[in-house]
Amino acid sequence: MNITLNGQPKMLNCIATLSELLEELALNPDTVVIELNTEIIQPDAYDTQTLNEADSLEIIQFVGGG
Amino acid sequence: MLNVNEHRCHHQGGQTIADLAAKYKPDANLFILNGFPTPAKSTVHDGDIVSLICKGKQPTPEELDFLLSARHTPGIQNKIKASSVAILGLGGLGSAVAGAMAKIGIGKMLLSDYDVVEPSNLNRQHYFVDQIGMLKTVALRDNLLRMNPSVSLELVEKQLTEPDLPDLFKEVDVLIECFDDPVMKAAALRSVIVKMKNVAYVGSSGMAGFADNNTIVTRTIRPGIYLVGDEVSEAGPGQGLMAPRVGIAAHHQANQALRIILEDVQGRANDQ
Repeated sequence: MNITLNGQPKMLNCIATLSELLEELALNPDTVVIELNTEIIQPDAYDTQTLNEADSLEIIQFVGGG
Repeated sequence: MLNVNEHRCHHQGGQTIADLAAKYKPDANLFILNGFPTPAKSTVHDGDIVSLICKGKQPTPEELDFLLSARHTPGIQNKIKASSVAILGLGGLGSAVAGAMAKIGIGKMLLSDYDVVEPSNLNRQHYFVDQIGMLKTVALRDNLLRMNPSVSLELVEKQLTEPDLPDLFKEVDVLIECFDDPVMKAAALRSVIVKMKNVAYVGSSGMAGFADNNTIVTRTIRPGIYLVGDEVSEAGPGQGLMAPRVGIAAHHQANQALRIILEDVQGRANDQ
């Protein structure tokens, strides 16, 4: 499956949900904001939200400090 | 023309500082001519800028407002004074952002934090040694009112959770996220996009250490929603938060909030 991740093309193998993608990218689900096709996805839906061919995904990852 | 205490005045030949003081501020006892102290008998010339000051006497809030208005121009100052911001977290970012907003005469600020001033904060946060142990909200209020007594402040003394955010902050013009905790940074961005459709936003991520100044940037997430920082420099062992670089990020945030208020960049109105 081919998606766009943060403006770059990305090919996904054996990844069905947002949670699986976050694990693959080694990102902490608690410190990211995810826009799927410009819609914000709530964290409680990461396990169930599936990805589809040609989806456009923006993941903003936050680091601590302020 | 002369500029006397931010008023434009006609210049008459042979006029001295004492003549101006008699007319505009009879109790003045310190005279600044073009940036330098000068005796009262000095003669002024066309184009001079004169400040007449009464040492030890504080200007009234009305006088301070007038000075800000004259300095920023009335059109700009009226917009700033009519605007409100909320600052989430009063650490290195939040205390500096609040200072900048108070100095330019923001109308109203909501200041949110649950923590007290600790010795380890003082390498970057705008508190004083004698404020150690005070709630940051209270200490910052005291400091801001010394900078500008006209600013209206509301204190929110609690550890915020994601559901609190729209309840407490949906009425402000700009929400400025200065949290330390990346979980709350993410929560605040989600909350403002989904639940606060009329509130503009300036978030933050990545400003620890002393890396290159120019990697701190202001990025547009969507219209009216901005993120400041390098997005990678995480606070941790070996890369602490330090006043200079945190200050760069804080002032990116403050200037972006000002640009939103002055409609120099897009606010939230078009995000439906």
